[in-house]
Amino acid sequence: MTAISDRRQLAYIAAQAADARVNVELEAEGMTLNIGPQHPATHGTLRIVARLDGEQVVEANPVMGYMHRGYEKLAEVRTYPQVTALINRIDWLGSFANEVPFILACEQLMGIEAPPRAQHIRTILFEMARIANITLFLGDMGVQLGAVTPIFYAFRDREHILNQIESATGGRFHPNFDRIGGLKDDLPAGWIEETKRSLREIHKFCDQMDDLIIGNEIFQARTRNIGVIPPDVALSYGLSGPNLRASGVDWDLRRDSPAGLAYDQVDWRVWTHPDGDSFARYWVRLQETRESCKIVEQLLDSIPAGPIMAKVPRIIKVPEGEAFVETENPLGVMGYYVVSQGGLEPFRVKIRSASFSNMSISPWLLKGAYVPDVITILASLYFILGDIDR
Amino acid sequence: MMLAVEWFWLDWPWWADTVVRLIFAIVVVLLPAGVTVYLYLFKMVSFMQSRLGPMEAGPYGSMQLLAEVGKNLQKEDIFPAKADRRVFALAPYVVLLSTFLLAVVIPFGPQATFINLDTGVFFALAVSSVSVVGVIMAGWASASKYSLLGGLRAAGQLIAYELPLILAVVGVVIQAGTLNLQGIVTAQTEGEIFGFGGLGNPYFFTQFIGFFIFLVAVQAELTQVPFDMPIAESELVSGYMTEYSGFRFLMFFIGEFATANIFAFLGATLFLGGWQVPPFVHDLLGVDANWQYFNLIGPGVMLAKMLLLTFVVYWVRFTFPRFREDQLQKFAWKFLIPLSLLNIAVTGAFKVWL
Amino acid sequence: MADSSDETTTEEPVVDEARSALLEAIAADLGHDLVGSHLLPGKDLWIRVSSESWGATAEYLQNHQQFRFFNFLSVIDWLPSPYGRSNDSAVEVSLAQAAGESIEEADQTLGTGYGGGSTRFQVLARVHSLTTNLGLTVKADFPEDTLSVGTWVKEYPGANWHEREAAEMFGVHFAGHPGLTALYLPSAFEGHPLRKDFPLLSRIVKPWPGIVDVEPMPEAVEPPTAEPKLSPSASTENPQDVPS
Repeated sequence: MTAISDRRQLAYIAAQAADARVNVELEAEGMTLNIGPQHPATHGTLRIVARLDGEQVVEANPVMGYMHRGYEKLAEVRTYPQVTALINRIDWLGSFANEVPFILACEQLMGIEAPPRAQHIRTILFEMARIANITLFLGDMGVQLGAVTPIFYAFRDREHILNQIESATGGRFHPNFDRIGGLKDDLPAGWIEETKRSLREIHKFCDQMDDLIIGNEIFQARTRNIGVIPPDVALSYGLSGPNLRASGVDWDLRRDSPAGLAYDQVDWRVWTHPDGDSFARYWVRLQETRESCKIVEQLLDSIPAGPIMAKVPRIIKVPEGEAFVETENPLGVMGYYVVSQGGLEPFRVKIRSASFSNMSISPWLLKGAYVPDVITILASLYFILGDIDR
Repeated sequence: MMLAVEWFWLDWPWWADTVVRLIFAIVVVLLPAGVTVYLYLFKMVSFMQSRLGPMEAGPYGSMQLLAEVGKNLQKEDIFPAKADRRVFALAPYVVLLSTFLLAVVIPFGPQATFINLDTGVFFALAVSSVSVVGVIMAGWASASKYSLLGGLRAAGQLIAYELPLILAVVGVVIQAGTLNLQGIVTAQTEGEIFGFGGLGNPYFFTQFIGFFIFLVAVQAELTQVPFDMPIAESELVSGYMTEYSGFRFLMFFIGEFATANIFAFLGATLFLGGWQVPPFVHDLLGVDANWQYFNLIGPGVMLAKMLLLTFVVYWVRFTFPRFREDQLQKFAWKFLIPLSLLNIAVTGAFKVWL
Repeated sequence: MADSSDETTTEEPVVDEARSALLEAIAADLGHDLVGSHLLPGKDLWIRVSSESWGATAEYLQNHQQFRFFNFLSVIDWLPSPYGRSNDSAVEVSLAQAAGESIEEADQTLGTGYGGGSTRFQVLARVHSLTTNLGLTVKADFPEDTLSVGTWVKEYPGANWHEREAAEMFGVHFAGHPGLTALYLPSAFEGHPLRKDFPLLSRIVKPWPGIVDVEPMPEAVEPPTAEPKLSPSASTENPQDVPS
């Protein structure tokens, strides 16, 4: 704060030239900049009220609720199968991944388990939702930093995955395909080969992003040492997913508690990065996309034969109890705390969404950052508004 | 035909002369702007980004620009409630004025000049900074915090990059021995590379450091990516242009792209031999360097060279992320300016001792 | 103390050594502050602490049990829905009355979850230990008079937003929280939406799932009240005998 930057000098000169009232506003109280809710960098309706000193953020307060839909209340008046239609809309870029932990929680309460084939296909679709989600991030980060081209590549190549999800489930964005006890349908004919082809496109896309963004010196200069999160802080704020692994914490629920999914049958690794800065978060996500492709490719070759639905009563009544199941979703750990009192509807559903916790670190993280870095940090944390506001 | 060519140096009454020059100035500014916007901004970039770009308005969307202009002309001219109305309204004109002032010194043929100043380079670089005033006016008068930040960023950036721009050109001036742009073109045509005069001596070869700095500085002057912090769509929501709409926004838009072309014209004049074709073509055609038909050919040659340079501008624009404000300043003061000073020293040494 | 070992399913003879060891350690350290627990072998572990020791529990879990990862914090309202379990709005009640159905009498006894509890509101939080890879759900009762427990923000700064959300949604208070302002709701909003007695307005305005939207078939001569209700909950609970 002692070294006056060029920016502050310019702000100071401009303030001198202006009338006294504005002068007072600029110097004494700082300027309050309202970023959002209609700001392009908040992709959605997040609003950040930032107090600026020159271009440095003194204090940043996220304001939310512009998209609060009250899913926890709505879930209480819907039957268990109906709830999945709601929770599809939480993280709308990786919708299938939202369904899985809820279904697993219900299955745990009912004491049933999906047949191996269903678990396999579930895992495949789960990972494809992750690819579809993170692909967009990989391009979007470029846009936030001023490079517009990558996002078009991201949209182009995400389409391959979305087409596959659509042909398997019938829905591009909101499959609503997972059922308590299994899946709605089996895979269509020829799907496996098609999917392998689209995964090759994603591999190509990842290499392209490696060249275009990771290899770009300006990108590195803009992201390295920006928004550094130490591992302890990350854990106590409840950061999860790639954001946590970019801080060097080696924790991935896919590896550490893969119950109900088929991750333990494939060969893959968890990527971490020691730096904890914005670059690390981008890098980890890029590696994870490649890893997801590897997982899906292996799973496609080893889908077991068998039914896709376990024996489930036609009218689903979940026995009394409580269950919390969390999975490693594209954005981080997502979990559902389901309380059942034995009825057709859940008594209470607490949705633990990843972005909510990931964003709760932002007031701490944005303090002292410059306005351009605010955008970098927000982009690298990668939130989805539906996942924050629910 | 002869008559048409002789227009340029016939004795016209002063008012007719002025009108003709005015019309040509508008053509020189607007026509290339339209061409590059369609060719590069709409089409080339679309192909780079694996999309088609406009396809509906006219064949291959070639009328899209007219549609855009029509759309912007119909829009409501909005003044923000707390804006300084006069300054706010004036700002786009100031920006556009700088573009036109810049255009008038650029030669397009042996006689096809609007004005042939002895200090052409000096004049061009001087008026190019007028746009800064317009940008600051726009940023300040908008009464918007985003615009203010954008305007201040633009001011800091444009001042920082005036210097390398000027210093990069100094090398050319030393080598040519004149500040007259027509003289610089002649010097490049008459020069020779190691005794071979077939290509002349475009300063692109000897002043490649200067050329590089010139391109970088122009990119920054134009506030194009990677130096587009004043506009910074994802941060400042178009910066000083945030509050503008309709016709005034259109003027900023034209100013942005027309200035890119004019700087490309200037770069072509300084580094690529200007309106002249390579001298071996003279020998092939059996004409001398001041053949009067060059007044007609010259603009075409300039257009081709301008398209070459603007291609680089747009290519870079849609490839790189943007710098941060302090990184940009560091880049200018710690890298470009020392490098351009070194370039001047070396050029001077060659000029004196060789 | 550990009251619920009989609740665990007896079909699974799984012995969860890690979780029972953890439970024993917590029981030894917390003493009388641990008022209930529930262990599902191989699945999960719940503990319930006294309301007064809620804030201190965070410090204990973080520093003595290596529960570094803060997962979430929320509140459960154990009040049964005043309209009965499956009839969730007054409209459905009146519709059911019009159809001459018997309405399930609202059972006003408070429910209890794993770990027990006697009050209407219960706070629950979940933490995760990366060293043992075990998750732990901690619960505590809200005292009926003050509806206030200690805050976890000091130990787990991530609890900040979770507590704000819980406070506005349930109308509870976390003592010591730095700024317990509304997170989602507009400042003029009245009521606490996730409480069970807060009516879901859309259900009152329009019965689910929008019966009024569906035009009767042209040939339909039955009075609308005799039609099978489209509400999934009601229709599955009480299969109707449609007069033909």
